Amino acid sequence: MFAWLNQIVQVSWMNLKNIPQRLGTSLVIVVGIAGVVGVLTAILSMGAGFRATLGKAGYEDRAIVMRNGATSELSSGLSREQADVISGAPGIRRDATGKPIVAAELLVIADLPKASTGTLANAAVRGVRPGAFLLRPEVKIAQGRLFTFGTREVIVGKQAATQFDGLKLGSRIAFRDSDWTVVGIFEAGGSVNESELWADAEVVQSAYRRNGFQSVSVALENASALTTFKDALTTDPRLQVKVSTMKQYFATQSEMISKLINVLGYTVGLIMAIGAVFGALNTMYAAISTRSREIATLRAIGFGAMPVVISVLLEALLLALIGGAIGAVLAYLLFNGYTAATLGSNFSQVAFDFRVTPALMGQGMMLALAIGLIGGFLPAWHAARLPVATALRAE
Amino acid sequence: MKYFSLIWASLFRKKARTILTLLSIVVAFMLFGLLQAVNQAFNGGADAADADRMITNSKYSIIDMLPISYQAQIAAVPGVKAVAFASWFGGSYQDKPARFGVFPVVPDEYLGIAPELQVSKETHAAWNATRTGAVVGESLAKQMNWKVGDKVPLVADIWPQKDGSLTWTFDIVGTFHNTKDQANGDSALLFRYDYFDEARQYGKGSIGWFLVKVDDRLRAESVGKAIDAQFGNSAHATKTQTEQAFAQGFAKQFGDIALIVSAILGSVFFTILVLTGNTMSQALRERIPELGILKTLGFSNRAVWWLVLLESLLLAMLGAALGLLLATAAIGAMKDALSGFGITRIGWSVIAEGLVFAFLLGVLVGLAPALKAMRLKIVDALNA
Amino acid sequence: MNTATLVSIRNLVKTYQRGSEKIEVLHGIDLDIPKGDFVCLMGPSGSGKTTLLNLIGGLDSPTGGQIEFDGDRIDQMGSGKLTDWRAHHIGFVFQTYNLLPMLTAQKNVELPLLLTKLSASQRRQNASIALQLVGLQDRAKHKPSELSGGQQQRVAIARAIVSDPRLLVCDEPTGDLDRKSADEILSLLTQLNQEHGKSIIMVTHDPKAAEYAKRIVRLDKGTLVRDPA
Repeated sequence: MFAWLNQIVQVSWMNLKNIPQRLGTSLVIVVGIAGVVGVLTAILSMGAGFRATLGKAGYEDRAIVMRNGATSELSSGLSREQADVISGAPGIRRDATGKPIVAAELLVIADLPKASTGTLANAAVRGVRPGAFLLRPEVKIAQGRLFTFGTREVIVGKQAATQFDGLKLGSRIAFRDSDWTVVGIFEAGGSVNESELWADAEVVQSAYRRNGFQSVSVALENASALTTFKDALTTDPRLQVKVSTMKQYFATQSEMISKLINVLGYTVGLIMAIGAVFGALNTMYAAISTRSREIATLRAIGFGAMPVVISVLLEALLLALIGGAIGAVLAYLLFNGYTAATLGSNFSQVAFDFRVTPALMGQGMMLALAIGLIGGFLPAWHAARLPVATALRAE
Repeated sequence: MKYFSLIWASLFRKKARTILTLLSIVVAFMLFGLLQAVNQAFNGGADAADADRMITNSKYSIIDMLPISYQAQIAAVPGVKAVAFASWFGGSYQDKPARFGVFPVVPDEYLGIAPELQVSKETHAAWNATRTGAVVGESLAKQMNWKVGDKVPLVADIWPQKDGSLTWTFDIVGTFHNTKDQANGDSALLFRYDYFDEARQYGKGSIGWFLVKVDDRLRAESVGKAIDAQFGNSAHATKTQTEQAFAQGFAKQFGDIALIVSAILGSVFFTILVLTGNTMSQALRERIPELGILKTLGFSNRAVWWLVLLESLLLAMLGAALGLLLATAAIGAMKDALSGFGITRIGWSVIAEGLVFAFLLGVLVGLAPALKAMRLKIVDALNA
Repeated sequence: MNTATLVSIRNLVKTYQRGSEKIEVLHGIDLDIPKGDFVCLMGPSGSGKTTLLNLIGGLDSPTGGQIEFDGDRIDQMGSGKLTDWRAHHIGFVFQTYNLLPMLTAQKNVELPLLLTKLSASQRRQNASIALQLVGLQDRAKHKPSELSGGQQQRVAIARAIVSDPRLLVCDEPTGDLDRKSADEILSLLTQLNQEHGKSIIMVTHDPKAAEYAKRIVRLDKGTLVRDPA
C-alpha cells in the first residue's frame, strides 16, 4: 500500500514538474475553466443580488393587501373606504399610542432620465402616510430631512439617487406640471424601497388625480397573526382583496426575473462547460502524447498502471482547480457589488447589487473539478493502456 | 478548389484533436447564436417598428391614461393620416401573469393602421360581428392550443368589471399573422374596445396610447411636436415619438442586457481563441517536416501560407456553421417556452454576424502559424 | 558549356553560421553531370554530401560559386523562382520517404501536379501512370502507414517522377530499407535512368547501392576527392 502511494506521488510529482514545459497546452485548461466559472458565477451573482434585494423587505410579520387578481402593486387599486376597513381588521400590531400600524400607499410611475443611458426610464413614486415609517423602521434619512406632509417635497432612496439623473439633495424635479424638491436621501436596509421616491400620499394623489390607494401594508402582531388578519379580510363582503406576507409577495415578485437569470446562467454555463471539457480532453491527450515515451519507460521499469492514471487525473484536477479559482476570483473582483438596474414587476426600475457569494464561488469550483475530472479521465485511461513496447519506440 | 482535399486531409490529420477543437468552436457559436437571439428579442421592437408610425402617450408616465377625445384632435393635426389607439390590459391566464400582450382596440381602425397584422376577411368580419371576440397571433394560438370558437378566460389585474368580477371571457374568432415577426409581435391577444369600455369598472373613455400614422415619414418629428403642443397645457400632456424610439427606450429600461451578453460572448471568444490558437500552433509544430516536403515539391511560400491559413479558416467556419445550426435547432425545439420572451428564431443578421466572427477567429488563429509556415526554411524543416 | 551537360558546378562554396562561428562546409566544388548520368555521391558523415545535394536540388542557395542547370543559373534565382524551377525540373527521393501521412498513395503522388494547370482527371490519370510504373497501382488507396518501407519509397519515387522532371535527387533512398527492398528500389532507379532518360544524383553510404550508378563521386571534408568523368 505504501509503495503504491509512493508510486503515485513519484509519478505525479514528475508530471507536475513537467508542466512548465507544456505551459501553452496547460494554459488551455486553466483559461477554459476560468472562463466557464467566471461567466457562470457572474451571471448567477446577478440573480442572487436581485433576489437578495427583493428579499430584504421580505418580512414574515408584515402583510400587504391588494385587490384580488392584482399581480403587483401597480396593477392593484383600493379605495379610501376599503383602506379604512382594512385598518380596522384584527391581528394588526399597535404602536405606543395604541393605533394600528397601517400604511395605505400609492405606487405610481414617473418618467425620469436614467443616468447610465440618458433615456427616460420608469421611476417608482410611492405616496406614503406617516404609518409607512412605523411599518418600516429600517427606513432612515441618510441626508437632509423628511418631506413636510402637504408639500411637493420628496425623499429619494439611495439607489434611485444614483440610478437617475437629477435626484441629488436639493434638486428640483419638474414633473406633473410643477416642481418637486428633493429634501432627503433615505436608506432602507438595502431593500427594494431604496429604488423608490417617497412623497406625501395626499400630494401624490392630487398630482396624479387619483382618489384611492394601490395597497395597504400592515405590521402583524406576530407571524402567526396572518391567518386571523387574512380571514377577517377575505370574508368581508366589502372587500375583494388578497393578502400575502411581504415574504410571499417579494418572493413572487423576484420569481420571474430570477428564474430567467438562472435559466440563462445555467444554460450558458452548461454549454460552456461542455466546450471546456473538450478543451480539457484535448490538453490532456496532448500532454500524454508528448509524454508517452516517459510513461512507457515508467511502466517498463515496473510502475503500475494505476499510479499513471491517478497522476494524470491529479494533473487535470490541479489545473482545473487553478482555472476555477481564477474564474471565481475574477468574477468576485469584477462583479461583486456592481450595481445594475432593471425593470421590476412594478414596471419600474429596481436597482440591485451583484452578489458573488461564497456559495456561488463554491459551486463554480465544483463545476471546475467536474470538468477536470471528465476531461482527465479518458486521457488517463488511455495513458494507462498505452502498449509499452510501441510507446517506447515512438518519437 | 484543387487544394481542398489536401487542406481537409491536413485538418483531420489527428482526428481526435481536430474533432475536440471543432466541438469547442461549435459550442462557442451555439452560445453566440442563442445569446444574440436573446439580445435581439430585447431590442426586437425596434426592428418591427414602422418608420411612419408614431406613438402618443402620456408625457408623465406609461401608466397615465389619455382621454379618447384626443383621437379626433390628433387626426385634425396636419400631416396625420390616421389614428388608432390601444390600452394595456395585462391580466393573468391560468393563475400566471399573461406572458403575451392583451390590448383592447377598435378592429377596423387598428388593423387599418397596422397592415403588418394580416387577418383573413372571414376573421375580420367575425370579429366585427362578435362583441366579445378576440384575435390572437398565430404562434400564440399554436402555443396555447386555442382554436376558433374557444372561450378564453383572463383574470384582470388592473381592470375589474362593473359588477366586481375579475374574469373577462373572450371568444377566439381567428388568428392574425404578423409579417414583421421579428420579436413578439405575434404573441398578442387583441379584443374589442367597445366591450372593454362598457364593462370596465372605472376609467371609462380613457385609453393607453395612440398610434399615429403620418403622411410623410420625414416630417414625422414636426408632426409629433404639433400633436404634443396641442395638449401641452391640458390636464393630460402627451409625448409623441416614433415607434422605433419608443421601442428602444423601452428596451433600455431592462438595463444592461446587451452589456452582459457581450461580456459573456467576450469571455467565450477569448477562451476559444486561446484554445484553438494553442491547438493550431501545436498541430503546426508537428507538421513542420510535412510543410518542408511541400516546399521541396515546389509549393511556394505563399501557397504554404494559404494552406495553413485556409485550414484554420475552414475549422473556424465549419465550427461556426455547425454551432449556428445547432442554435437554430435548439431555439426551434424550445420555441414554445421561449416565444413568451419574444425569442422565436435566429435572424439572418445573427447568422451573418456569427460567420464574420468565425472568419475573424480563423484569421486571428491561423495568421501566426501561417506566417511561421511561410518563413520556414526547407533544410531546417526537413531536419526537424 | 557542353550541350550534353545537365548540371555544371563551378567553385561552389557553402558556409553556415553556427552561433558566432562560421563553418565552411563546401570549399570550392567543381562538378559536371551530363544528361542521362546516374552519379553516386559518397563520403563519410559530415563531408557535405547532403549540403551539395540540397544545393543541386535548389533547396538551399550557395554562398559562392555557380550552379548552372541546363543553361539556367540557379544560384542566382530568388526563392520564388527557385521554387518554381524545382517544381518543374527536380524530383526528390528521401531516406525517410517523406510522404504526407494523411494522404493516400494516389493523393501523395498527385501532390506535385496540384502546382500544374492539369485538370483533376488528368492529375488522377498521371498519378495512376506513375504508380503503375513503380508497380503499386493496386495500393493507390492505401495510406503510407499501411505500406511497407519499400512500398512507401516506391510511392515517393512515383511522386518524384510524376511531373516528369529532368533530374532525380535521391538522399540515401535505401538507408532505411532491407537488402531486398533496397535492390528493388535501385533497380527501379536504374530503369528510370536507362529507359526513361532521367538523370539521377544519389547520396549513399552503401557500397552495394553505389554499384548501380554509372559513376561514383567521393566527397571528403568539403572537397571532391576524385572525379573520374
